[in-house]
Amino acid sequence: MIPLSWYLILAAALFSIGLYGVLARRNAVAILLGVELMLNAVNINLVAFWRYGDITQMAGQVFAIVVFAVAAAEVAVGLALVISVYRRRNTVVAEELDLLKW
Amino acid sequence: MTGEQLLFLIVGAVTLLSGLMVVTSRNLIHAALWLVATLFGVAIVYTLLNAGFIAVVQVVVYIGAIAILFIFAVMLTRKEMRDQGAQANSNWWAGALVAAGTFAGLFFLLQGWSGFSKTAAAIPSGYDAIGQLGDALTSPAGYVLPFEVASVLLLAALVGAVYLAFNKK
Amino acid sequence: MNFWNDPLKVAADWLMGIFTGWGMNAVAAQVLVAFLGVLMLITILMVLDIFLVWIERKVVARFQDRIGPNRVGPFGLIQPFADIIKLIIKEDTTPADADKVVYNIAPLLSMMSVLILWAVVPLAPVILGVDLNAGILFIIAAGSIGTLSIIMAGWSSNNKFSVIGAFRQVAVMVSFEIPMLATLLIPTIFSGSMGMNAIIQGQSIWYVLLSPLAALIFLIAAIAELGRAPFDLAEGESELVSGYNIEYSGMKFGMFYAGELLHAFTFGGFWSILFFGGYRFFGLELVSPFLAIAVILFKAMVGYWVIMWVKYTMMRIRIDQMLAFNWKFLTPVAFVLVMVTALMNALLRGAPGWLFVSGMILSNIIVAWAALEIVRSVSKKERERIEGPKRVVEAHH
Repeated sequence: MIPLSWYLILAAALFSIGLYGVLARRNAVAILLGVELMLNAVNINLVAFWRYGDITQMAGQVFAIVVFAVAAAEVAVGLALVISVYRRRNTVVAEELDLLKW
Repeated sequence: MTGEQLLFLIVGAVTLLSGLMVVTSRNLIHAALWLVATLFGVAIVYTLLNAGFIAVVQVVVYIGAIAILFIFAVMLTRKEMRDQGAQANSNWWAGALVAAGTFAGLFFLLQGWSGFSKTAAAIPSGYDAIGQLGDALTSPAGYVLPFEVASVLLLAALVGAVYLAFNKK
Repeated sequence: MNFWNDPLKVAADWLMGIFTGWGMNAVAAQVLVAFLGVLMLITILMVLDIFLVWIERKVVARFQDRIGPNRVGPFGLIQPFADIIKLIIKEDTTPADADKVVYNIAPLLSMMSVLILWAVVPLAPVILGVDLNAGILFIIAAGSIGTLSIIMAGWSSNNKFSVIGAFRQVAVMVSFEIPMLATLLIPTIFSGSMGMNAIIQGQSIWYVLLSPLAALIFLIAAIAELGRAPFDLAEGESELVSGYNIEYSGMKFGMFYAGELLHAFTFGGFWSILFFGGYRFFGLELVSPFLAIAVILFKAMVGYWVIMWVKYTMMRIRIDQMLAFNWKFLTPVAFVLVMVTALMNALLRGAPGWLFVSGMILSNIIVAWAALEIVRSVSKKERERIEGPKRVVEAHH
């Protein structure tokens, strides 16, 4: 039997990796990739707590589904923004998009 | 060590390694493909947690839609497909430090928690997780309101994405 | 329990006895037996696949008023083996600047996305890989792996034609998944389960009789998912040469080709499972599991024949027509159909059988008729906008 701690550590590690991607990457698409990793880490936690708690309470799975919906919405709008910015500025490197930084 | 634990260790290692490749690989298409590997690993983790429905939805939504969308976006936002120049910004070491600090902090916090190493109760035979989930999502006593709000959010995101990406002449 | 009633279980128990007799750990023996079962299923499928090549070539020949392969062996039956030998001894080329690893994984992934579908196909009440409680979602999940393999093949080949082909195919697959998913919900509403076996067990009346429109929409979406004519613009020989698999040669191309044929056959099988009662045929499945297998394979073959019939009699349509057809017609109709079916199911739950069936058919006919009327009036307006209002010709005396 796998103890809960294994899942939590896996999720924490995946979350940290995603956080590194968000902080260190230059490309805006790659930053969104990092956000996806973080959302997945959250979902592992939600489902693990559902399984190791009272399994008749579906809150964990329901919130995992809500996270799926939010992730899909985030990716759709985020990538549309990136593509729109690329059309106007011809770059997707986050630090070159400094029009508001005077 | 039981077979289940061995499976978890292998899957977890593969998931984390491909996660690392996602954030470090130079070629962004490769990064997106490594993301697919990570998502598969997470789907297998869901199956280990007896959440088969969530695992299948993970494959449908994440791999079938989100990863494909990423690959499309990578292809649409560069003139040539190869990557040039540094992929990490000059503060990457600070990012790595923050990430390592987050992991250490989370580990420290969790380790002091009493329920950290509890094991799961066996699932009673005849337990219908999908039916329970369906009831929870649609009954007023359950989560019908968050579910509806999520669907409205998806619709709004759909309209917003079409509007943003639409090429106005 | 004897072999003729439950062959899979008897064989598995027998193998388990042998392996544990050798002093093997029980868990390891179980894993080994499961692995052998999977290996057997895949072997049977691949052999079947070889004959599908022959069937496809014979059928297309008949549609085109030819005889088809008839030189190698009786009725040309050995022809596919000759084809395989040819494919194996062909030179295995890799384009310069191709992304080697991705390029070589793509055909495997393509084949895998088809084979994995058979994990949830119930061949008989007792012969099935796994009775997944989210079985029908599994079809879409496997389809998304297929999408991934196509985009990997198209991108890694480093060829403009293949990228365009992959883009088209992926756009089609991603958008036609939506009406397919919506029509998959209709057997779920009737049977109250997402598991394949429960859906088949629920079909005392074939679901095609309850919801013919859903069966039709599923077939159209399945053909689009397969990338077959009239939706084969990803291959589009006249414009893209061969589409996403243009750079593949030898057995790697063979993988895509064999995968496509088996995929078509598999979707014929799913069509029969979801709407035509699967292995059920007037109680024949209760006599013997082997008869049940024969019934489901026959029905799958009929479904495959319908897909071939459509393929060889329809012309290719353009990508914009195809996406407009999906988003402006098929998806709304599928969504309305799901809502109407759910509503009717709730209203007629306690009704006698004949009322249930006729109510369902009536609601289907009304939805189809309304959709066609809307399309007709919209296209009439569009035609008038382009050609100008229709002039009334006055009668001359």
